Amino acid sequence: MRKRGSRPIYMPVRRRREKANMYSKGTKRKFSDGVDNKAVAASYSLQRQSLLDMSLLKLQLCHMLAEPNLCRSVLIANTVRQIQEEMAHDGSWQVVTEALGGSGHGPSDRLVDTEVLCQSSEQQDGGPRLYSVMGYDGCREEEVVTDKALCSVVVGDRAPALLLGTIGHCWDRGELRVEDGVSKDSGTGEEEGTKSGEGAKMATGQVFGTFEIKNGAPGSDPALEELFSDVDASYYDLDTMLTGMQSAPKMGPYDFLDSLASSHGSVSNSSCRADLNELDHIMEIIVGS
Amino acid sequence: MGEDTESSKGNHSFLRDYVTEADVISTVDSTTQENLLATGDKGGRVVVFQRETVSSLLPPTSSHLLSSLLPLPPLLSQPKGELDQVGETGESGEYNVYSTFQSHEPDFDYLKSLEIEEKINKIRWLPQQNAAHFLLSTNDKTIKLWKVSERDKQPEGYNLKDEEGRVKDISTVTSLQVPVLRPTDLMVEVRPRRVFSNGHTYHVNSISVNSDGETYLSADDLRINMWHLGITDRSFNIVDIKPANMEELTEVITAAEFHPHHCHLFVYSSSKGSLRLCDMRASALCDRHTKLFEEPEDPGSRSFFSEIVSSVSDVKFSHNGRYLLTRDYLTAKVWDLHMEKGPVETYQVHDYLRTKLCSLYENDCIFDKFECVWNSSDSVIMTGAYNSFFRMFDRETGRGVTLEAWRETSKPRAVLRTRRIYTGGKRRRGDVGVDSLDFTKKILHMAWHPEENIIAIASTNNLYIFQDRVSPDTQGPDLGSDTI
Repeated sequence: MRKRGSRPIYMPVRRRREKANMYSKGTKRKFSDGVDNKAVAASYSLQRQSLLDMSLLKLQLCHMLAEPNLCRSVLIANTVRQIQEEMAHDGSWQVVTEALGGSGHGPSDRLVDTEVLCQSSEQQDGGPRLYSVMGYDGCREEEVVTDKALCSVVVGDRAPALLLGTIGHCWDRGELRVEDGVSKDSGTGEEEGTKSGEGAKMATGQVFGTFEIKNGAPGSDPALEELFSDVDASYYDLDTMLTGMQSAPKMGPYDFLDSLASSHGSVSNSSCRADLNELDHIMEIIVGS
Repeated sequence: MGEDTESSKGNHSFLRDYVTEADVISTVDSTTQENLLATGDKGGRVVVFQRETVSSLLPPTSSHLLSSLLPLPPLLSQPKGELDQVGETGESGEYNVYSTFQSHEPDFDYLKSLEIEEKINKIRWLPQQNAAHFLLSTNDKTIKLWKVSERDKQPEGYNLKDEEGRVKDISTVTSLQVPVLRPTDLMVEVRPRRVFSNGHTYHVNSISVNSDGETYLSADDLRINMWHLGITDRSFNIVDIKPANMEELTEVITAAEFHPHHCHLFVYSSSKGSLRLCDMRASALCDRHTKLFEEPEDPGSRSFFSEIVSSVSDVKFSHNGRYLLTRDYLTAKVWDLHMEKGPVETYQVHDYLRTKLCSLYENDCIFDKFECVWNSSDSVIMTGAYNSFFRMFDRETGRGVTLEAWRETSKPRAVLRTRRIYTGGKRRRGDVGVDSLDFTKKILHMAWHPEENIIAIASTNNLYIFQDRVSPDTQGPDLGSDTI
């Protein structure tokens, strides 16, 4: 496979070579007894972890695309789930969830569900907390590749637990209910300004290339804070306004709003509609239709 | 064609990266049309080729993209006398560009702030009912019905209009004349007749015309709709596998097709490797299948990639309607409609890739969707692979052959030679090593003439048309002596 230069490199360069060698024989677990059992098992779990990392990165990156391929995402997500289940079965999942830190998460959670995400966000003030799977640094690929610290934080221990909970929401952008649409933390006027600003960014740059997602409230779990420093709740509002009225399947960066919204209660439809009209107007201007 | 791409690039410069990508062929179809072949590309264009017969001599239209790449010499280079000697209809077998039109334009979904690609995902011809030809073409969201017709006569001698169409001054008209039809140069007109929009939330991956000639189905990732060809504002949803909670989504629809004879039967394939045959007489919503075709997984060979590799990328009924042909990443399988527990035949397309699955997963090649086709007598199946290779399998003998669609080695009227992948043992000259395969040259789309041994292979932006000179009619091609 000689595709150098034509595809972004997902993995840090250092790991790539060792991974390629490891996988030359596929990922079947080898049966071996005796002395080298541990070594084989260790290399197998390393391969598996590496595959998990790669899959998660793929999922994150596909959120950036304008039209993510649903079939591909479903297949990658299923692979991640399969690895996750196997890791849980092995007991190595315990290690990962413990590394995540206490904060009330049950270490026995095999499949991290939305509750985990909701709990973390509820501890903070403000409106719906949004931290995207790709929230760090606006998903610039170079950073993912070269910043080893970032990589290890994201991909090594913590991220799988957090991110896997979001897998199910990957393609859920369109499933946002109207309740998600209007945040409680800012008035309409303020939102408008933000929206038009964000909307302009949207029209000029790549559709999903430039927005940043800021984490609103400080003083939360420091691990999350570090991880998701770019969450921008206001832009999420723009987006959910646009998508909230229509059930659409597009996978996007705001996919797990579902889980967050369910814990934050609902907002009336009518205010959403009024805002939607204003939004329509803004969008018309921006897009020049 | 270059100009088209330039202008659309200017309007949507922030959406399109490469100009050349627009020329990549994304679908080929020639079923039911004996002498027409249509290709759709990523730029939303459809090019229709016509097989030259003695009676129809078309001047080549703007074919600069493909005329130099067809392995058949262009028609006009032959002196007329030779043409007459070519003989019966179709024996010359030359394909020339018949018509080119822009089927879909890039679109923008304002509500979701997403671009809708103009790439043509599928083209299907309708059975011909009169002198005109109809085809359905679809991008991710919208299906269009196009009418392709010829005009070789033109009315002349109007009383109120002059030859250029300007209204005449009535005072200059001194006598009446009856307009007559005079023959003119042959013109091919393409007009959109129907636009079927807003039927799909997800990306349309298949369309299939029903044998009743009135309806067709369109399938996206989670739903299948049935349309009437004459009605554009309504469609029936016949399959819906969208879970109530999208978090539980684990399976998507990958392809769908109507049965060639029974207008109430259709099949759809899933990303988990199963096929479902549905009977529309059973209920309006065919969420419950009539038959489920699934091969039990071999527990010994399970790996993390088992599911991805088992995802069916294409499904085709055989012409006799008794078998199904499916393609997953590594194999092509033939299923008997009467036996659900497993395929009756399994053909390894490129098993040497089984140990490379992780690398193929990394560079996304594992998600490539290959198509498969039957020949006219259902005795041979064909599917594509990498490195511009494609494979043909003779069902009677079980033998497979690897052929290459590559400009350098295909001179007009040259015989295609078989290729081999070196996987061990004695290496012969000309064998290709697995590590030197070019994974960017993939043969995804192909078509087989409904009655003759003529195949069309699409490789990136090239279209290759091959014909079997040894056994040109309905028998399977003589795989021993290769096809031309």
